[in-house]
Amino acid sequence: MTKTVTDVVCPFCGTLCDDLEVEVSDDGKTIVDVYNACAIGAEKFMHAQSKDRVKRPRMQQPDGSYKEVTYDEAVEYTAQMFAKARKPLMYGWSSTSCEAQSVGHEIAEKAGAIVDNTATVCHGTTLIAVQDVGIPSCTLGEIKNRADRIIFWGCNPTHAHPRHQSRYSIFPRGFFVNKGHKNRKVIVVDPRVTDTAKMADIHFQIEQGRDYELLSALRVAVRNEPLPDTVAGIPKEKIYEAAELLKSGRFGIIFFGMGVTQTLSKNHNIDEAIMLTKDMNEFTKFSIMAMRGHYNVTGSGQVLGWQFGYPYCVDLSRGFARYNPGETTSNDLLRRGEVDAVFVLGSDPGAHFPISSVKKISQLPSVCVDPHITPTSEISKLHVPVAFVGVEVGGNCYRMDNVPIDARKVVDPPEGVLTDTEFLTRVNKRLGELMGVA
Amino acid sequence: MEGGKEKDAYTKACGIIEMDSSDLKKLGAWRNTNVRVTSKHGSVVVKAVEATQGPHPGLAYIPMGPWANSVTDPNTYSTGMPTFKGVPIEVEIAMNEKVLSSVELVQKKCRGEI
Repeated sequence: MTKTVTDVVCPFCGTLCDDLEVEVSDDGKTIVDVYNACAIGAEKFMHAQSKDRVKRPRMQQPDGSYKEVTYDEAVEYTAQMFAKARKPLMYGWSSTSCEAQSVGHEIAEKAGAIVDNTATVCHGTTLIAVQDVGIPSCTLGEIKNRADRIIFWGCNPTHAHPRHQSRYSIFPRGFFVNKGHKNRKVIVVDPRVTDTAKMADIHFQIEQGRDYELLSALRVAVRNEPLPDTVAGIPKEKIYEAAELLKSGRFGIIFFGMGVTQTLSKNHNIDEAIMLTKDMNEFTKFSIMAMRGHYNVTGSGQVLGWQFGYPYCVDLSRGFARYNPGETTSNDLLRRGEVDAVFVLGSDPGAHFPISSVKKISQLPSVCVDPHITPTSEISKLHVPVAFVGVEVGGNCYRMDNVPIDARKVVDPPEGVLTDTEFLTRVNKRLGELMGVA
Repeated sequence: MEGGKEKDAYTKACGIIEMDSSDLKKLGAWRNTNVRVTSKHGSVVVKAVEATQGPHPGLAYIPMGPWANSVTDPNTYSTGMPTFKGVPIEVEIAMNEKVLSSVELVQKKCRGEI
C-alpha cells in the first residue's frame, strides 16, 4: 500500500502551487507518483529519485576529473576558501529555503562577501524600477477573484509557469468573475506567436525590443491623445482599441517577464509599465506583477531586504551593506575580475550567465552546492550535493506575489546527504573558528 | 531542465535555434540541420528547427541555456543585467559539426578549447 501526502508545495516556479498530492511508498522512502503538478514540477519530484544521483561531494582534480570527498573535507575547503578570500561572491539563493539564505548571510557577513541572487539576470531590473517609481501590486488570490483584464507582456506562462493560467489568471472562476475565462479579456504582447499568445483576445506581435515605445503609446492612447500611424509595428487603431478594452474593465493586471527585463531598455521598460498601471488607476483598478521564475527568488529578495535593506547584489566587503547595480552585480564583478572566490548555491550560472562570466568562475576557487549535476557543478572546484528543498526537506518560500508559504518534506534524503541549511551551518561554524569570531 | 542538465533531453530542448520557415529557406537549410550561430560576442553550433511558436520572420530564438549564452551580449550598461535579447547574429550551415552537450560546451569554452 502506498501513502498519499497532500497539500504539497511545488518547488519549481514562482507560482508555488500548494495543492500537489504525492504518492510515496509504504516505507516513506520513494516517490511513486505526483498528482496535480505540471510536467516540470512532477519531473523535479521524480528526478530526486534518479539512480545516478550524486550523493557525496566531489573535488576537481588537476586533469579536470572529479574525485569523491567527504562532507568534512567539503566543509573545510569551503570555510578555508572564505577565510582566504578578500572579496568572495555568493551567488544563487533562489532554489533554497529562507532559513538556508539566512545562514548564508551570516557567512557573508563574516567573510565580507557579496550576496547576489538570480534576480541579477532575471527581475533585477524590475527591482531597480520599483525603487524608481514604486509598484501598485496585489496577490494572486485577488487576481483569481477579481481580474477581468489580463495583460501578459514579454512572458510565456504556458511554458514557464504552466499552472499560472489555470490557477490564477485566465481560467479559474472567481468570486467576482464567476464565469471564469468568459469574464476575462486577455492581451499578450510578444514578438513571437507564443502558446500564451494563441489564447489571447488580442496579440500584439511587437517588433523585438520596442516595448518602451508601445507602453508609452498605450499611455498616450488611454488619454485619447494623438498617436503616429504605427508604433513598434502595431497600427494605432489597435492600440486605441486595446486602451478602451483596458479602461472598460473592473480590475486589470499586467504580468511581465524576461521579454521586458532583459531587452535593451531594461529597467526603463518596467518604469514605463508601472507608470501605465498608475495611469490606468485613473479609470479603473489596475495592478502589476513580475512573473518571478525560481520558486524562492522572491524569498531571497525578502530575506536580504529585511536583513540588509536591499533586495539583491548586496556588498558586505566593507563591513556594512552597500548596493549598487552595475557595480556589485555578479556579471559586472566577474567581467571586471573583482572577485577572488565564487560560492554558488541553488542556481546554475554556468548555464545562465554569458560565457565570458562563466570562464571567470572556472578560473577561481569555486564551490557549487546543488542537488543536480549542472554546467556550474562541472566547472567548479568543489561540488556539494544536498537534499532537494520542498521534496526532502521543508522550509519557507515566497510566492511571486510575496506571500510566504511553507514547503513540505515528502521523503527522506538519501542516507548521509546534508541539507543546504546543515551544510551552511557547518561552514559558518568552521569559518568562525578560522577567523576567531563566534 | 529539472530532469538533469547533463542529459540529452536538455540538449534537445535548448541546443536549438528556432527559425522562421522563410528564413530557413533563405539559408537553404533543411529542418533539423546543424548550424553555426555567430554574434559579436561568440559562436556556437546548434540545431536549426522550424519555429514552433511563429511565424516571426527575421527573428530567431535560442532558449535560455549555455548555447544561447555563448552568443549573448554580456554588456549590462550599469544595470547588472546582461543584454540577453535582441542580439544580431549570423547563421551558417554547419552540417558536419556536432551540437555539444551543456557540460561539454561549458567545459571546452572554459578551457579555451573552442
